[in-house]
Amino acid sequence: MSNGPLEIKAISGHAGPVPGRDTSRDYDVCKLVDVTTCIGCKACEVACLEWNGYPFRETVFDNTYQTMPDLAWNYYNLIRFNEHTASDGTFSWLMRKDQCMHCADPGCLRACPADGAIVQYANGIVDFQQENCIGCQYCVTGCPFNIPKFNPETKKVHKCTLCSDRVGVGLEPACIKACPTGCLHFGSKDDMKDLAGRRAQQLREHTAHTNAGVYDPPGVGGTHVIYVLHDISNPEAYGGLPANPRVPWTVKLWKGPLKWLGNLAMFGGLLGVTLHYLRFGPKQVKEDHAEGKS
Amino acid sequence: MTNGWIDIKNTDMMLIMGGNPAENHPCGFKWPIEAKRNRNAKMIVVDPRFTRTAATADLFVQLRTGTDIAFLGGLIRYVMENNRIAKDYLVQYTNAAFIVRKGFKLPEDGLYSGFDAATHTYDKATWNYEEGGDLKGKPDTPGDGAPSANPPALPADVAYDLTLEHPRTVFQLLRKHFSRYTPEMVERITGVPKDQFLKAADLFTSIRKDGDTKKVGTIIYAVGWTQHSSGTQTIRTAAMLQLLLGNVGRAGGGVNALRGHSNIQGATDMAGVFDLLPGYLKVPTMADVDLKTYLTRITPKAAKPGPWNSFNYWSNTPKFAVSLLKALYGEHARKENDWAFHYLPKIDRRYSWAEIWDDMYRGHVKGLLAFGMNGVAIGPNSSKNIDALKKADWLVVCEIYPDETSEFWKSPGITTDEMKQIQTTVYRLPGAGFAEKDGTFVNSARWLQWKNAALPPPGLARLDQEILARIFLKVRELYQKEGGKFPDPVLHATWNYTDPHNPSLAEIAKEINGRALADVTDPKLNQTIKAGQQLPGFAWLRDDGSTSSGNWIFCGSWTEAGAQIQRRGTEDPSGLGIYPNWAWSWPANRRVLYNRASCDLSGKPWDPDRAQVWWNEAQQKWVGNDVPDFKPDSPPKDHMGPFIMNPEGIGRLFVPLAGMADGPFPEHYEPTESPIDNPLHPQQTHNPLAKRFSTPLDKFGSPAEGYNIICTTYRLTEHYHYWTKNNPMNVQLVPEPFVEIPAELADEMGLRGGEKIKVTSARGHYLAKAMVTRRIKSMIVDGKKTYQIGIPIHWGYRGIAEDAGKTGLTTANQLSPAVTDPNAYTPEFKGFLVKIERA
Amino acid sequence: MADTRRAFLRIGAGGAIASVLGFDLQPAYAQSKELKIARTTETRSTCPYCSVSCGVIIHTLGDKAKNVTPQVVHVEGDPDHPINRGTLCPKGSSLMQDILNERRLLKPQVRRPGSDHWEDIGWDQAIDEIARRIKKTRDETFIERDAQGRTVNRCEGIAWNGGCTDTNEFNYLVVKSMRSLGVCYLENQARV
Repeated sequence: MSNGPLEIKAISGHAGPVPGRDTSRDYDVCKLVDVTTCIGCKACEVACLEWNGYPFRETVFDNTYQTMPDLAWNYYNLIRFNEHTASDGTFSWLMRKDQCMHCADPGCLRACPADGAIVQYANGIVDFQQENCIGCQYCVTGCPFNIPKFNPETKKVHKCTLCSDRVGVGLEPACIKACPTGCLHFGSKDDMKDLAGRRAQQLREHTAHTNAGVYDPPGVGGTHVIYVLHDISNPEAYGGLPANPRVPWTVKLWKGPLKWLGNLAMFGGLLGVTLHYLRFGPKQVKEDHAEGKS
Repeated sequence: MTNGWIDIKNTDMMLIMGGNPAENHPCGFKWPIEAKRNRNAKMIVVDPRFTRTAATADLFVQLRTGTDIAFLGGLIRYVMENNRIAKDYLVQYTNAAFIVRKGFKLPEDGLYSGFDAATHTYDKATWNYEEGGDLKGKPDTPGDGAPSANPPALPADVAYDLTLEHPRTVFQLLRKHFSRYTPEMVERITGVPKDQFLKAADLFTSIRKDGDTKKVGTIIYAVGWTQHSSGTQTIRTAAMLQLLLGNVGRAGGGVNALRGHSNIQGATDMAGVFDLLPGYLKVPTMADVDLKTYLTRITPKAAKPGPWNSFNYWSNTPKFAVSLLKALYGEHARKENDWAFHYLPKIDRRYSWAEIWDDMYRGHVKGLLAFGMNGVAIGPNSSKNIDALKKADWLVVCEIYPDETSEFWKSPGITTDEMKQIQTTVYRLPGAGFAEKDGTFVNSARWLQWKNAALPPPGLARLDQEILARIFLKVRELYQKEGGKFPDPVLHATWNYTDPHNPSLAEIAKEINGRALADVTDPKLNQTIKAGQQLPGFAWLRDDGSTSSGNWIFCGSWTEAGAQIQRRGTEDPSGLGIYPNWAWSWPANRRVLYNRASCDLSGKPWDPDRAQVWWNEAQQKWVGNDVPDFKPDSPPKDHMGPFIMNPEGIGRLFVPLAGMADGPFPEHYEPTESPIDNPLHPQQTHNPLAKRFSTPLDKFGSPAEGYNIICTTYRLTEHYHYWTKNNPMNVQLVPEPFVEIPAELADEMGLRGGEKIKVTSARGHYLAKAMVTRRIKSMIVDGKKTYQIGIPIHWGYRGIAEDAGKTGLTTANQLSPAVTDPNAYTPEFKGFLVKIERA
Repeated sequence: MADTRRAFLRIGAGGAIASVLGFDLQPAYAQSKELKIARTTETRSTCPYCSVSCGVIIHTLGDKAKNVTPQVVHVEGDPDHPINRGTLCPKGSSLMQDILNERRLLKPQVRRPGSDHWEDIGWDQAIDEIARRIKKTRDETFIERDAQGRTVNRCEGIAWNGGCTDTNEFNYLVVKSMRSLGVCYLENQARV
């Protein structure tokens, strides 16, 4: 087989457990973005667009080096440029690669009502399956990072796949391979956490970035894209990286207690029907031709 | 580069100045990042703007464009004042201890001794060493010194004082020369506040703190240094600083020119420039009446202190030159006809880039062949280049996209009536793209790497070598049939390719390497190369016609063992990033130049952890991880200098005689258009040898005329010169021309980001949108508040955005002046004066 | 085994039924799309942009069979290359659009004196005309001896501008042909 499949861990809008879950091993993959060595060259943007083969978009100069204001349905990956002056007056030019974070607890998947439109593979990649997408955009609401983007023509939502087609055959994602400075790194989540931790420690001990740290937000169960930031206390400075992202409470409510309530109501209904059946037997349809004809 | 891209990972300290590698060489920039990651190396970035490179730096210093010599001169002074020098290296491997002859004058008034105000040239007779012996402890006597030999020559036996105390040692003169470059003076000239300068100076030179000789620092630069009217001297200042710090020849050290494009290094190696022949042989002049005169002029003689030794590798020049003539003219190059020496043209003046356009403008140059070179957009002073082309008879452009040069006759502003007046015939030939051609590029680390063709050229496009060969063979045919002026070289140039009309680049690569034309024997090695065999290296070249080589420095690239340039060995046993079996590096596959200097006088590495080469006493030869850049059997006790390409064998802090046109030491001169007089010597503000042209289009502006903003030009990582404006992917990344404006200036003007502005210099104007940024700040230059703006150069009047009507159809180089550096003849694209207004 | 998007649906639905019935040991798989470079021809080349000279792999259509004209499918960095190790910058990453570009020049053209447009011209005629012009200009501007009678053999009327991506081998042909014509105005992007 030339293209390997990826085993699924979670499926959106799916009744019952995921088939075969936890019957085989896989490790979590992870993309490490060391923002302190990003030069904003956009090789990742191009490699992504090139690999995915999407058409070019018209862009307009907007007083920045940033390619466009926000991600697009056919632009999965965007460097956000920010001129930043710290409280001590130090000037810096922050560049952060923005893309799907591949949350361990993906709000998009939780929110999605369409069976199989969003899947989470056993290796941690969260992938959209457009042919199952019903275009409701609940995933957009469910994402704490504002990532999924809607294509109004096809009525489908798209986002970074972490190059599941490449990873499936043992290749690294296109952006990872292209990154000139090695600001992007790919491997198992454990290895990337280790690497990120050591890099942050090095920054704290050997550079002026005494507040460097690793961004792997627990509010979404950790992510499969993690950042090393110069200043972990201020992720918002990097083009709106949320300090403490969480799956929106509405989604949690909808897919959590409310879902249970719904299930309860449904099962209650079923139970009622069954009891009714046991008690009264099948519904009798009286055939009263005479009446009918009267 | 003296070193290479990967080698940067071995460094402890980086000064990146006059270059923006994160922007322009992103994949090479991983190695500075590796040094930071793996060695905690420090990176200092000095630039007129806070660049993408600066974004990853430990220290950024904003400098006024064109004042690099002042900054580096300040560093040299700092090194000497604070004893951050590598003393042994300095005394033994540089000319610090050499005595300069009497009569040499430092430029306190802006001029060295020997200046001729009428011709704007120097008589360099006093720019020389004194002859004879050890002057240690000997008093200096008054007087002007002995008259110089005619023509002036270096003394074979150079006077010296290893204590460096004699007042005329290079070291003492250097100290005196740079004593004027105080932190206060640096601040006045460069606009860098004194405390910031001192912070940078202390950090960069900290590698030599407390006598440390293990640590290494590197200097990395690009066209931010070359594109000034004192560009070459800027690079010299950096080289001198590195010699003082003992950083040249060492892993993680050196002076590293990033070069620009894919084969700029190769084009220089292969003499794509008027003043060279392949392998850095000097082009003959009219005074070279025969080969002997020429070879005598260009072959240096060793000049050194008596007890020392000098390899003087250029003493082999005649072998390189005769082998080249054999390659070019084959059997028609014979001893009797001086090896066809007169087949080559003899120059009488400068024929460099800016002269081409000036002489075409004056009607002297009638025809131009431009192969992959967009001279109108490249400039400088693009409007003049357009007007020059209007006066040419014919123009042949070989390109892969429609470009400004081939369409000069319909450039914006030319009316249909005017078009009728333009009599130039223009041929535009569709060439092949990189993927359609094989052959080699030389990267900035001097690696020759073969690339393979992946697909055929589209449509009727043809390979460039086929186009050139067909033109040349047709000209040859015309001369055969009709005769004409001196047809001999046209008829006799070797062209024995299997398919002469479409020569295989592999065959040419073999010709460039060279072969034995008769059996050649090396008695020392007891080895013979048979006639017809490929030569294994340039040591085999002969000056008797028994060898041929199209470029001696590439000799060894395609030997009997095969195409070394196609090697793909990925092993790096030393871990230093040498990769000795990947492709091939000139010269002789050595990866770090002058690597003998990585060892102390006894032949032991300064830092055993970064051992490149060393003296093996048992084998009585130099061995190591890299190919020693040295005479392999010269024992340390012989004190042969490590800089074997200089006749002195040492690194030059002082450049004697004709080495530099504008002075043995670098001196700060203001850019041609400058907001201030030179604080060092206001009566001599500019480089007295910088060349200006005098057509009505060569105009200059001053602050008095309202041109009071400094403008510099540069490139973006998303674009490549005037090429990717045809690539929709790159156009998407950066769609429109813009000008970077300091936020403070924008505030003063009430200008907002995205508004259209017009930038005007004395030569033309440029239309683009404003990018208002805090990455460029105002500066106080000699007490004056000064602004700098920056223009990325990538737009013109043909391209995706241009054709869609989204740009002002102007080129950035309509602003830049045609003023050239006196040594490298590179124009001053960076640092001229403009004014800006809303468009 | 699922290897298409539709197959996922099958497994998904089947799995759902299976899970309800309680025997769901067969894991569910999904694969979003085919790997587009799975069977392309790989050619090792060098990026034509900056002087780092990154190794690139050009993926082309077909397996070099006779009946296929190769066309570029994808370009990626060469992981073996010691300097770039597979990485590419935004320009290198967009090389496919340089190779496959609708703005490429595809035929020789000439603009005649006084004209306001390009005309097509055949290769043979273009070469003939260019050679004729070179010879004429050379013969008219050639200087064999200078005022002092020294042999100089210069052609002063012709200039050559070489580009930054010309190969060494091509540049050697330039030196050979142009210097043999006596050209002194021989310059290259290397100067500027």
